Formats: sequence, structure tokens, C-alpha cells
Amino acid sequence: MFKLISRILVLFFGINVTSVADPVIVVQSTTSTANSGLYDAILPQFEKQTGIRVNVVAVGTGQAIKNATRGDGDVLLVHAKAAEEKFVADGWGVDRFDLMYNDFIFVGPDNDPAGLSDATSAVDALIRISSGRALFASRGDDSGTHQKERLLWTSAGIDPTTSSGDWYRETGSGMGATLNVAVGMNAYAMTDRATWMSFGNKQGFKVVFDNDQQLFNQYGIILVNPSRHPHVNAKDGQIFINWMLGEKGQMAIANYTLDGQRLFFPNAN
Amino acid sequence: MQALSDSFGLAFGLIVGLDPDLLEIVSLSLKVSLLAVTFALILGLPLGAALAIGRFPGRFGLTVVINSFMGMPPVVVGLLVYLALSRAGPLGVLGLLYTPSAMVIAQVLLITPIVVSLTRQTIAELDSQYREYFLSLGIKRLPKLLTFLWEARFSLVTVCLAGFGRAISEVGAVMIVGGNIDHLTRVMTTAIALETSKGDLALAMALGVILMLIAFSINFLIALIRPSNNSSITSKIFSR
Repeated sequence: MFKLISRILVLFFGINVTSVADPVIVVQSTTSTANSGLYDAILPQFEKQTGIRVNVVAVGTGQAIKNATRGDGDVLLVHAKAAEEKFVADGWGVDRFDLMYNDFIFVGPDNDPAGLSDATSAVDALIRISSGRALFASRGDDSGTHQKERLLWTSAGIDPTTSSGDWYRETGSGMGATLNVAVGMNAYAMTDRATWMSFGNKQGFKVVFDNDQQLFNQYGIILVNPSRHPHVNAKDGQIFINWMLGEKGQMAIANYTLDGQRLFFPNAN
Repeated sequence: MQALSDSFGLAFGLIVGLDPDLLEIVSLSLKVSLLAVTFALILGLPLGAALAIGRFPGRFGLTVVINSFMGMPPVVVGLLVYLALSRAGPLGVLGLLYTPSAMVIAQVLLITPIVVSLTRQTIAELDSQYREYFLSLGIKRLPKLLTFLWEARFSLVTVCLAGFGRAISEVGAVMIVGGNIDHLTRVMTTAIALETSKGDLALAMALGVILMLIAFSINFLIALIRPSNNSSITSKIFSR
């Protein structure tokens, strides 16, 4: 009987297959970098060059930052500059660096009922949606995308949450789930270009508005502060950050294309 | 519904081609859930049987509480285990977060109430029939408990299958405590959630089809080894 139990216990702990010897880091990340295939393209290159395994937990900016605050990661990679700077200012992160950028876009039904294609700016696009009471699917989850969206609404002088549940639909979900909701209910949505390019359920939706400076989407990378969380693998985390910001990482990011299009543009200093 | 017909073709292709990623996530799903069911049985069978035959104050309340835990949402269990295993949490030093072990722990917490509750129900029926008989023979509680568990073994197989079904199909708990990390903690259900979020609905559905095939196969095999006529204590007694 005890032999059986001890065998089962061995199985239980043996189920964690990676050996203790391999260096490993956990990256708390936004979802666009994962879903678009960027990590699948660049991480094997990093692992081959350094022997460090990178485990990515792709949950969305808000959750990633909270997880990193709790010390459940070694590196933070998200796209919400204000929140990132607060993370460092509060002492949870060592330093924040620009990593790469792309842009946000508005997507919507082919017939474009609110006429976003004629909008003169991102703010104008939101005004058209609001005044036309066109269905709009928002992230509603404190993600980088959501924070940018909220900023734009503020610039437009509109509070869409007063119409929450009416034409303003807050899904409280990740980008992919929100896009599924948007195409399902024929609603507009704001998304990062990388997620949209790699999204498989477009159902006739198209890009209705883009190319506004306001829609600039900057990604940042931060090492979780080992002084606040001593167990953090700061050594390998720093190697990862140096690689991403250095020539090899920046080139790997630049070289990643989907259907011939670049999804992320490296811009580390 | 194009996605649905596409998905059967995709599923067939993945299975026949022995897609390595598919094999990896199927194998991890089975490892995690089978291990969780094993632990849940070790904990739950004796507890359920003891709850059935025991007579102690608070027995009614305890039964109600455990029955209620059967309805615990997986995402809540996941959250609780995450808070416990998080580095900022009480068991953070164990470093179990984002490992398959954490997923097993979460699933054990999910399934054990089901095992306890259904075992209690099954054994209680036996107990109500044979309690006085065993009393009159002067048989102590432990041998009686073991006898009941053995006699009810075929019904208890269904309890196992219910527990396994709950484990292999849940996504909320393993997503939070495992992190859906590629090649590490990605199982069938979290892979389905991921492919859905990427809009690859046909692939997500294909994985769902494969998951159901696995469930059918396991249930089919179990049904094969069960005899059609359950022997019962009654027939054993009166055949003397």
C-alpha cells in the first residue's frame, strides 16, 4: 500500500518534466505578442543562443502587471507605458525600456455603418461611433489596448461607460475573445494590428480606420525587481532583456513577418 | 457551420499524422487528470464511505457542505490555488505555480467533493440495507467499510468516470494555475481556449472533437471490463 502511494508521489513530482539544471525564466506578457506568433518565431533563437528556456504566461497587460507585482514572473513585457512606469516607480520593476512598436487599428463590418473610413482622426472615429450609437466592443479589462482606448475617449470628451450594455459593449476579455464578440455581433472594435493580422475569424470584417499618430502602440520590457522578490531569476532575466534590446533580438523582431507583412517594429535605443 | 465540417477533417489529419504538438498536449491532459483522479479516489473513497456509515454530530451539515462543493466553479478553485501558490502567497516558496503539479492540485480539489459525495450516496444505500445485519454479526466499522467499498466497486467505477470527466473537461482552474505555457502546461482545454482566441475556430473545434474521442474511448474500455450482472451482497447471502 505504501509502495503504491510512494510510486504515485514520484509520478506526481516527476510530472514536472524539465530538469532542475536548465535555466528558466517566466515572462508575464500581453497576448498580442503570443497570439501573433512573435514568440514562436524569436524565442527558439534566444533559447538556442543562450540555453535559457523562456516560459511565457500570456494573459493581457493588466493581469500580467498584477502577476509581476506578486512576483510570479521574472520579466514583464506589455504595452501600457503609463502603467509600466508606475510599476517601476512603485519599486516592483528595475527599469523600463522601449522594445518595439506597432499600431492600433479600428476594425468593423464591411458596410461600415458609422462611416469610420471617412474619419479624420482616431478621436473623430470614436465620436462617429458614439453619435451614431454604433455597436462597439471594448476590451474592458484594463489591458494596454483598453488603456489606450480610454485615453482616446477622454480626448474626445466622451464617457462611453454611461452607455455600457447599450452600444458600448465591455467584454472584459482578451483581444481575441473581444474580436470574436465583435464579429459575432457586428460591432466595431479597436485592436492592435498584429493580433488582427493573425486573427482567423474575421468574417468579412475589414480595417476601417488606421494611421493616426494617436494610435501608436509602444511595447516595453521590464525586469521584475529582485530586491522586492528575492527569488526572481534576475541573472537570466537580464540576459533575456539585453538580448531583446540588443542587435540579435531587434533583428529577430524585425525579421518576423506574417503573410509578408511585418507585425512589430523594433525601436530599442 | 463550415467550421464544424472543417474541424472533423482537421481532427482526422492531426490524429493520423500523429502531430507532435497534439500528442504532447493530449499526453499532458491525461497525465494531469488521471493523477488528479487517483489522488481524489485515495482521499475521497474512504472519506465518503466513512461519512456514509458514521454516526456523529454534524454529519448532516458536513454532507450538505461537501455536496455544495461539487458545484464549485473551476475558475474559483483555480483562483484559490493561484493565490496560495503565488510567490506572494503562503505556499509560494514551493515554486509550484505554472507547473503541472499545480494543475493536479487544483483538479484534486475540484474532483474530491464529487468522489466523496457520490461514494457517500452509494455506500449509504448499502448501509441502510445491511447495517443491522452487520451489527448482529458484530463486525466492526473498518471491515464493514472495506466490504461495502468492495461490493459497490462497479458503481464506484462510475464515480471515477464522473470525476475524470470533470477534470479533463475543465479549463478555468488549469488556465490560471498552469498559465497555458507552451510545451509545459498546455492541455487540451487550454489549447482550445487559445485557438478560439486566435479565431482559429476550426482547429479549436478539431481539438474538441479529439478530446471527446478520448473520453468516448476511455468510457468504452471501462464499460467493456464491467460485467453486466453486478453481484450483490443479497445474492451472496441467500445463495448459501
